[in-house]
Amino acid sequence: MSALIDCEHLEVRFRTEHGDVCAVNDLSFQLQAGECLGIVGESGSGKSQSMLAMLGLLADNGYATGAVRYRGRDILNLPRRELDQLRGDRLAMVFQDALSGLTPTMRIGDQLAESLVRHRGLSRAYAKAKALEMLEIVKIPAPDTRYCAYPFELSGGMRQRVMIAMAMLCQPEVLICDEPTTALDVTVQAQILRLLDGLKRHTGTAIILITHDLGVVAGLCDRVLIMYAGRAVEVGNTADIYASPQHPYTAGLLRSVPTLGGDPDTDLPTIPGQPPDLERLGAGCAFAARCGHTFGPCTEQLPELTRVGPAHIAACHRVNGP
Amino acid sequence: MSAFILRRLLIAIPTLIVIATASFFLMRAAPGGPFDAEADLEPEVLENIRAAYDLDKPLLEQFRIYVSNALQGDFGPSLVYKDFSVTELVAIGLPVSIKLGVWAMLVALLLGGLAGIIAALRQNRFIDHAVMAMAMTGIAIPSFVVAPILALFFGLYLRLLPVAGWNDGAWQNMVLPVTALALPQVAIIARLIRGGMLEVLRSNFVRTARAKGLPESQVVIAHVLRSAMIPLVGYLGPALAGIMTGSLVIELIFNLPGVGRYFIQGALNRDYPLVMGVVVIYASLIILLNLLSDLAYAALDPRVRRAYR
Ligand SMILES: Nc1ncnc2c1ncn2[C@@H]1O[C@H](COP(=O)(O)OP(=O)(O)OP(=O)(O)O)[C@@H](O)[C@H]1O
Ligand code: SF4
Ligand SMILES: [Mg+2]
Repeated sequence: MSALIDCEHLEVRFRTEHGDVCAVNDLSFQLQAGECLGIVGESGSGKSQSMLAMLGLLADNGYATGAVRYRGRDILNLPRRELDQLRGDRLAMVFQDALSGLTPTMRIGDQLAESLVRHRGLSRAYAKAKALEMLEIVKIPAPDTRYCAYPFELSGGMRQRVMIAMAMLCQPEVLICDEPTTALDVTVQAQILRLLDGLKRHTGTAIILITHDLGVVAGLCDRVLIMYAGRAVEVGNTADIYASPQHPYTAGLLRSVPTLGGDPDTDLPTIPGQPPDLERLGAGCAFAARCGHTFGPCTEQLPELTRVGPAHIAACHRVNGP
Repeated sequence: MSAFILRRLLIAIPTLIVIATASFFLMRAAPGGPFDAEADLEPEVLENIRAAYDLDKPLLEQFRIYVSNALQGDFGPSLVYKDFSVTELVAIGLPVSIKLGVWAMLVALLLGGLAGIIAALRQNRFIDHAVMAMAMTGIAIPSFVVAPILALFFGLYLRLLPVAGWNDGAWQNMVLPVTALALPQVAIIARLIRGGMLEVLRSNFVRTARAKGLPESQVVIAHVLRSAMIPLVGYLGPALAGIMTGSLVIELIFNLPGVGRYFIQGALNRDYPLVMGVVVIYASLIILLNLLSDLAYAALDPRVRRAYR
């Protein structure tokens, strides 16, 4: 069976004053129907831009090459009209900056109903009923009054929920959630994650969850993709990756996750150093400057993604080397 | 909302008092008097005339008389147009000036808005550069230069439109003065709207709207336009003031019987009551229009609307 989403050699570049910046490099992955894929990586590693590229939502100075197939059809080069039939309907996204993601001059309800009118051809009244139902599902209190509210009248957590409701309205096959909880306090975070978990179970929607938080991934995701400096450095089943991380970067990330029963007073180890400047990437492994295992080929040759288990690949010379 | 309007109208009263006081004393501080042109008058006759208009009284007494009359709606007689009261002159001129100003404002909003929207949607393409180049020219050239050029070209050279005159406000007579008045505002408004549009088009909520699969036309109409017009609202007041003051000169150039002509005649001849009347009426108009532009803010921005409650 072919994958729901098949992303092949995706590359995202931005034209800037000092030449092109390559934000996503040779990214390939697949997403099966109903599964949840976590994407993890430091700030600036290209998580958001790769997802935006898939939906044709890059900034004006950005462009994407490669192929992204949805049910076998390349959506990267689709004309706007055809793309518009998919996004918001089959493919939906909850954006990283939920606070500024809602149109300030438009009532919440109108912004919700809009997608249903567009994709389902529903009447306004019926769209409203459906939208209210969805607000209920994402646990917005008093949905009737919220429906007529403007975004500035809702709290951050509520706006985030509205964004999720908006993305779920047409029951998409793929829901991309870009750090859906970073702006929120811990209790609201937990509620939103529970909500996503419920959606995954009950609707069979495939979820791509972008996050910094490996704890969240463990609870929710079937598979994980680790990104570093625009590339995938390790991909595998969540259980395999947690049990035996093959890339030193992944291992470093896992060491910095607080564990249940661990001593809260000892400082968690963090990965020393800064992520590399995308405009100045050398020939070798982008992680070399921060890696504790650097050896011969690391600074000269780019490590390829290599199979390290039945469904587990990693891009590190150590996998074949000493 | 009505409480807000009432409050604003109350604030207008002290503003008007300050404006009236300042112009009353400034005008009298200027050298010369209203009857200087009639040089062959006997000194006693002149004295009699001055007394008839209370000009022989101390300044403060004159001001007190003026204010108490004005409060009763009497702005006094014109000193130059002898058989008319100020109220009558303004009543003759104001409809002409208002007709000019309203048309100029409408043209400026419509043309400027359209040009700005189109330029923003075609950013950095030919049409954008063309619109912006024209806007720069429009801002750089004042209307008292544009007006004679228009009159020369369309009036004398092509003979398409009348060079001057009002002709009861026939559209042929309106075209050139309205154009001359509107052009600088078209340019400024086009730039404002383009800037507003470009900023909004880059915002996160527009990306959300596109992610919903809405066609670009719907994205622009439903999600962009309102927010993009907000910077324009702040400019409505200055735009109107620009058109009203521009109108004083344009009316003179095209020989139109508006308030502007009386105002300039009045100022040149130290016709104190006439100038005062026009100043007070124009100031009230501008205050009123600023209030209207605040109401437009409320219509566009729900946050403002809620705050006015
Ligand atoms: N319009 C743009 N022009 C130039 N560079 C850009 C543009 N948009 C994004 N980038 C660059 O692309 C890189 C990847 O950004 P991206 O938003 O994908 O990071 P991210 O992994 O989502 O990080 P975060 O966790 O902070 O959200 C960054 O280095 C960023 O500076
Ligand atoms: S390739 Fe070398 S530098 Fe890169 S992660 Fe592996 S060991 Fe470290
Ligand atoms: Mg991001």
